[in-house]
Amino acid sequence: MDIRVIIFIVFALAAVAGAISMVLARNPVHSAFGLLLTMFSIAVFYVMNGAHFVAAIQIMIYAGAVMTLFLFVIMFVGVDTSDEAEEHIPFQRPMAMILGAGLLILIVASGIQAWVNSRALTGRGSLGTIENVSDELFGTWLLPFEATMFLLAIAAVGTIALAQFAFTLRSTDGSDDE
Amino acid sequence: MSELVVTAGWYMALAALLFSIGAIGLLTRRNALVMFMSIELMLNSVNLTFVAVGKELRTLEGQIATLFVIVVAAAEVTVGLAIIVAVFRRRETASVDELSEMRG
Repeated sequence: MDIRVIIFIVFALAAVAGAISMVLARNPVHSAFGLLLTMFSIAVFYVMNGAHFVAAIQIMIYAGAVMTLFLFVIMFVGVDTSDEAEEHIPFQRPMAMILGAGLLILIVASGIQAWVNSRALTGRGSLGTIENVSDELFGTWLLPFEATMFLLAIAAVGTIALAQFAFTLRSTDGSDDE
Repeated sequence: MSELVVTAGWYMALAALLFSIGAIGLLTRRNALVMFMSIELMLNSVNLTFVAVGKELRTLEGQIATLFVIVVAAAEVTVGLAIIVAVFRRRETASVDELSEMRG
């Protein structure tokens, strides 16, 4: 058997197990670690598809920065599992299961349809090394890349404003002077 | 029996499964943080589809799209977690069921 098939099966099982444990875990910290397992598995799939740079970014940004941020906020907010016990909307969980299964069937069916009906092998077919990706990113996609600068600046300013807003609410403690 | 080879279809099936698990998690959980993680899982599964199909079509555009999705997701996570922290400081809870004051 091809080694790639074995790697795919092992890491696909790891990814699905991580995703399911993320959804089922009562403790948000366990959810975060399940998602971490899934993200590492997806980074392995990126490498298998020749996307080396994207795999490195996946590890650094997602597994490193984003999950650290999640764990930090979980520690800040506190591990609270009491709110999952009672049902506020009747039949929410069975309905969600049915909708999720229907979504899966719909995605697979439309994917098979699109894949069979349209097949065109075009493009350069180069590996996703840093050199090739930067050629593409700073050539064809320069304007969208510059636009992400605005997005990140807005996100940073918005986060600071939110923190300031929460602080003001806390310090005035209900007395509205605005 | 022909040799078993990993094709883009395998990745797409896996990504569809992960996306559905993320959607179910988003619909069933009430903790805002876990709902956020479900959204991240859905974004990741779509990224996997982009990369796998980009490989199959012999183009780098899939990887570029993945990079942009990662940037937007990182910005979204910072703002979303800041909102969750702000709500927690005001209400002492991270459950979305408690935040029903604006319900009509």
